[in-house]
Amino acid sequence: METAPKLGRDVPPKKDKLQAKRKKPRRYWEEETAQSAAGASPGPPSNKKRNQELRPQRPKNTHILKKSRISKKLQVPKKPRERKNPESQRSLSGAQDPFPGPAPVPVDVVQKFCRIDKSKKLPRCRSKTRNRLKVAETEEEETSVTAARSELLLAEEPGFLEGEDGEDTAKILQADIVEAVDIASAAKHFDLNLRQFGPYRVNYSRTGRHLAFGGRRGHVAALDWVTKKLMCEINVMEAVRDIRFLHSEALLAVAQNRWLYIYDNQGIELHCIRRCDRVTRLEFLPFHFLLATASETGFLTYLDVSVGKIVAALNARAGRLDVMTQNPYNAVIHLGHSNGTVSLWSPAVKEPLVKILCHRGGVRAVAVDSTGTYMATSGLDHQLKIFDLRGTYQPLRARTLPQGAGHLAFSQRGLLAAGMGDVVNIWAGHGKASLPSLEQPYLTHRLSGPVHGLQFCPFEDVLGLGHSGGITSMLVPGSAEPNFDGLESNPYRSRKQRQEWEVKALLEKVPAELICLDPRALAEVDVISLEQKKKERIERLGYDPEAKTPFQPKPKQKGRSSTASLVKRKRKVMDKEHRDKVRQSLEQQQQQQEQQQQQQHKQEKAKPMRARPSALDRFVR
Amino acid sequence: MKVKMLSRNPDTYVRETKLDLQKVPRNYDPTLHPFEVPREYVRALNATKLERVFAKPFLASLDGHRDGVNCLAKHPKSLATVLSGACDGEVKIWNLSQRKCIRTIQAHEGFVRGICTRFCGTSFFTTVYTGIDHHWKEPLFATCGQQVDIWDEQKTNPICSMTWGFDSISSVKFNPIETFLLGSCASDRNIVLYDMRQATPLKKVILDMRTNTICWNPMEAFIFTAANEDYNLYTFDMRALDTPVMVHMDHVSAVLDVDYSPTGKEFVSASFDKSIRIFPVARSQSREVYHTKRMQHVICVKWTSDNKYIMCGSDEMNIRLWKANASEKLGVLTSREKAAKDYNQKLKEKFQHYPHIKRISRHRHLPKSIYSQIQEQRIMKEARRRKEVNRLKHSKPGSVSIVSKKKKHIVAVVK
Repeated sequence: METAPKLGRDVPPKKDKLQAKRKKPRRYWEEETAQSAAGASPGPPSNKKRNQELRPQRPKNTHILKKSRISKKLQVPKKPRERKNPESQRSLSGAQDPFPGPAPVPVDVVQKFCRIDKSKKLPRCRSKTRNRLKVAETEEEETSVTAARSELLLAEEPGFLEGEDGEDTAKILQADIVEAVDIASAAKHFDLNLRQFGPYRVNYSRTGRHLAFGGRRGHVAALDWVTKKLMCEINVMEAVRDIRFLHSEALLAVAQNRWLYIYDNQGIELHCIRRCDRVTRLEFLPFHFLLATASETGFLTYLDVSVGKIVAALNARAGRLDVMTQNPYNAVIHLGHSNGTVSLWSPAVKEPLVKILCHRGGVRAVAVDSTGTYMATSGLDHQLKIFDLRGTYQPLRARTLPQGAGHLAFSQRGLLAAGMGDVVNIWAGHGKASLPSLEQPYLTHRLSGPVHGLQFCPFEDVLGLGHSGGITSMLVPGSAEPNFDGLESNPYRSRKQRQEWEVKALLEKVPAELICLDPRALAEVDVISLEQKKKERIERLGYDPEAKTPFQPKPKQKGRSSTASLVKRKRKVMDKEHRDKVRQSLEQQQQQQEQQQQQQHKQEKAKPMRARPSALDRFVR
Repeated sequence: MKVKMLSRNPDTYVRETKLDLQKVPRNYDPTLHPFEVPREYVRALNATKLERVFAKPFLASLDGHRDGVNCLAKHPKSLATVLSGACDGEVKIWNLSQRKCIRTIQAHEGFVRGICTRFCGTSFFTTVYTGIDHHWKEPLFATCGQQVDIWDEQKTNPICSMTWGFDSISSVKFNPIETFLLGSCASDRNIVLYDMRQATPLKKVILDMRTNTICWNPMEAFIFTAANEDYNLYTFDMRALDTPVMVHMDHVSAVLDVDYSPTGKEFVSASFDKSIRIFPVARSQSREVYHTKRMQHVICVKWTSDNKYIMCGSDEMNIRLWKANASEKLGVLTSREKAAKDYNQKLKEKFQHYPHIKRISRHRHLPKSIYSQIQEQRIMKEARRRKEVNRLKHSKPGSVSIVSKKKKHIVAVVK
């Protein structure tokens, strides 16, 4: 969007120059082009000067990645080629490439694909290893450039909603949006009036194609919400606390009053899991095939749904658990507690990884954004806070809401939705996955009953809301990622594709032990065990095989400097550091002594100020 | 109000007819592909496991000899043709693609001790001397016995003969790159290098025990590997014989033969312990060990010129054909298979040092005799090392010098 007008502005001067040049006597190739297609192909520049004028224009319009090796390589050999034979670049037709070299790549896009942290220095290691690391780094750079180039092929643009000069987007009603957008998008807004079965929980499948909802009074249904085709509808005759799709839309986990049940898409009960009782919240970790359940008894239980075993049952020791969310970046479970803390859990560790004190009073809702950078919490103190999850765990934004938010959700592009009573507010930041600013809401919507569950639909600009009056599908332009990856989660996949994807996903199921705060930690060097190994080896061998042999003076050879003086010189250099240190410490000692003397002086001066020596002076140190 | 909703046309994402391929749009944004490292790790683990599952290296056994196979030779022009000489003086020519013997020739009365083919592939030479090798470009060949003789094909007498001391020389090999260089190993524990242009020996290195045979690296002219009686193989740099570049130790009995792969990155060794092993040149531990129940002492081994197969001839009259890469799929691969193979290979390489993956990829089943021998030798080695450490600990500092593993087995270098 930004580059297009600039390019247009630059083009006309080029044409003028070329037209001026065409009046000169023509070469054989120019005659050909003029006859066949007049003005279609720009002829070659007649002298070197003009060529030089044209060239430096290019970098102005688009910022090239200066560090990339590709662009450097191609800039260098251009000069000698021109000096030798200025006509070598022209083709026979006389057409000249107006944009020679590889297309420029914007730096920020490359940055997105870069996986190596260049701020970290390479560790001290042998030259062979170091070279290998360097090669890996350059390869990585090249791949990120190619990946950035492929960005051009993405078909869809994200949605947006803008008010006309000073119009507040928050005041735009859903009806207005529905009226303004196309029919297909307008059909995505609907209300299901289900007053009978009480407040609803909603869940979208990972592809964003299917919607499941469960009402407090036992109503469970799943449908393909795009075509509005109902898959199943049952009444479980028991209170439904939470509902969640498993890895595909064919399986559905429902937390009922007593136990956890698993249904298929026909509504047939497949399993009743009695090990998980009185479950309040469900979370599914799709890459680990783990169903995390938080229960009234205070246990966080991980169930491996691919083999049907309980991987870990962790006692949070914080009473009833009813606030839970997962971090999609690292599969860590966030639990909100009634004492205002949020604790982070992994099935590999019995204790919480991190505990964050977020609120005075209990935590009511927690949500984590898709990049794993921000966590939004709301508490009984009517505060809404956004925390940084990149190691500091400090609040970045906070504001007080009149009612306090009971439910929170982040969208794929970083919009934050909060359900407060029967009102839903959505806040947006600038750009994708940026920190939402909490001042002015992006959109608001009033429902027919208090909100009980909300989730943004993946890959569609829709927010699903479950409330006491039924289900509402709300349009939120710009909330979803426009371009999906067909091999990861494809909303348009066929049955065959789903089956193949399922097999692949099960084959690369990540073990539960690998869940930790930094998912890239597995690729890093384990320095601690390396040192330990080294130590053990030295102990076993009785000497250090990698130790450097002390300096041995060589027998004297021909030349001016004798080995003795060489040794002396080396020793001098070696001793220099030592001498510097000694000198520093001496200076410090002197300073300290001076300070002490000054203090003594002060004390001596201070003493006579008092009229009479006190008996307590004896205890003064 | 300006509004744009995300609205996809399903026609661009769904195939038109059943005959079309499914459309798979890609987006390489890292946020859409979480858990990159753990998932790659799991894929690498699966690839390593599958590699072990599909590791079936044994291809065929060629039988027909009536005595132990003593020597093998590759045909320089035809991949399918192999020559073998047996202990009863019989020479057989085999076709590997048909796995059949094409011709049988009664060449000698006694052992066929050496066999070699001419560079043009039209004729071959056998010998009752201890060894023979043909020059790589000229009509010359070398034999060894009491001395190294260089013969012209047209003459009845050797054009030159070279000796260094009196001993019986067990094998002689021409350097494939610097074709005038020769290497030989003798029974008085030494390896001697000769220069044909000067008609004199260059230098020799004396090891702890006898070297059975040597093989030159076909890619690096100055590197050769020696198969020794002390269960080890030594890779030498010809320019610095005092320290071997690498000591390869995994065999549990004398090493009888060695042959390089045409890439020069790996070599295969045959041993008296009834197994053959594949070593990377730069590593001291073997990457692979091949054995079967019926294979007896392996006397000769060859790596085929297409870098895909290994042949070994053993005591019990059979020639066996193995895959050089145990889990490789033979035959034509489709492009998707090839891509998957390359991807898995890269993953295995990336995660090779992770303990779980390393354990799986290193695991090999061994016959009981070799396994118990390894245990026994490990105990002996440990005892020796302990003694050395104790000696170092309880002696005056500096009086006991630490000799590195590489230098330990070199007695002297003579020029």
